[in-house]
Amino acid sequence: MPSQEEIYQKVSATLVEALNVEVDEINPAATLQGDLGAESIDFLDIVFRLEREFGIKIPRNELFPESIFQGDPDFVMNGKVTEKGLDELRQKMPFADLSKFEKNPELTAISDLFTVDMIAKYIQGKLNVKN
Amino acid sequence: MRWIWIDRFVQFERGKSARAVKKLSLAEDYFEQHLPGYPIMPACFILEGLAQTGGILVGEANDFKEKVVLAKITSARFVREALAGETLFYEAELLTLRPEGASVAGKVFAVPPGAVETEPGAAPIAEAEIFFAHLDQSRSQQIFGDHNFVFSGELKQLLGLAKVAAQRTEGAS
Repeated sequence: MPSQEEIYQKVSATLVEALNVEVDEINPAATLQGDLGAESIDFLDIVFRLEREFGIKIPRNELFPESIFQGDPDFVMNGKVTEKGLDELRQKMPFADLSKFEKNPELTAISDLFTVDMIAKYIQGKLNVKN
Repeated sequence: MRWIWIDRFVQFERGKSARAVKKLSLAEDYFEQHLPGYPIMPACFILEGLAQTGGILVGEANDFKEKVVLAKITSARFVREALAGETLFYEAELLTLRPEGASVAGKVFAVPPGAVETEPGAAPIAEAEIFFAHLDQSRSQQIFGDHNFVFSGELKQLLGLAKVAAQRTEGAS
């Protein structure tokens, strides 16, 4: 069973390869799109690499859910995610740190939830590594 | 110009790997300009040949039902130039295949005129990792209908050609 640190290092190495970034650009809070320049197709590439690296299966829409708020018009109001929408997020992405987002849940800021740390937490959950 | 950058498949293992050959003839148009007096194959065409080898490997794994498009060259490394008269061997290995797409690791070997095959242990002249996406089923159907524009003609026929050639060889032996 890998340690938290080993998981983080492997996630970091995966992102270096998938996004062609320097290792020193990667830190736990770095956002995939904003800081590391990931584009939509890169998310799929990252999923493929994590599966190979950790020997796990990552079902579609589990790590990077698409269109989370399409199911219910009450999830978003005036460009902001509602309390109901936040509940949906907590349920679908228990591995994401919502503490900052909750304070100002602008829909456009949702991509900032996708951080290096979020991926590491997701992998920890998959491998049952305790915090 | 015809957009086929493989002459023939020489090995094909469904869902696993493929090997294709491409002979570089000085009669090919691009050598006139690239470069005048020094005919070398543009690196992007080398990559295209590798992508066609890998793309057909990916497409065949789902019986050509998916529209396989090149989404990203994750990495590419070119070691030396490919010269007119040489034979290129494209080797593609399927790393991952999922409903959303696939990734392929590819190597290109060059054999000079006169030599018969790749020397065992020879170093590749280029390597690349290529990522293919399956065009979203529902959306692409709205735009393109059922017709699979990726594997409509010559690309798909390449495998048929390889089969005919293999049968001839078996018949002769």
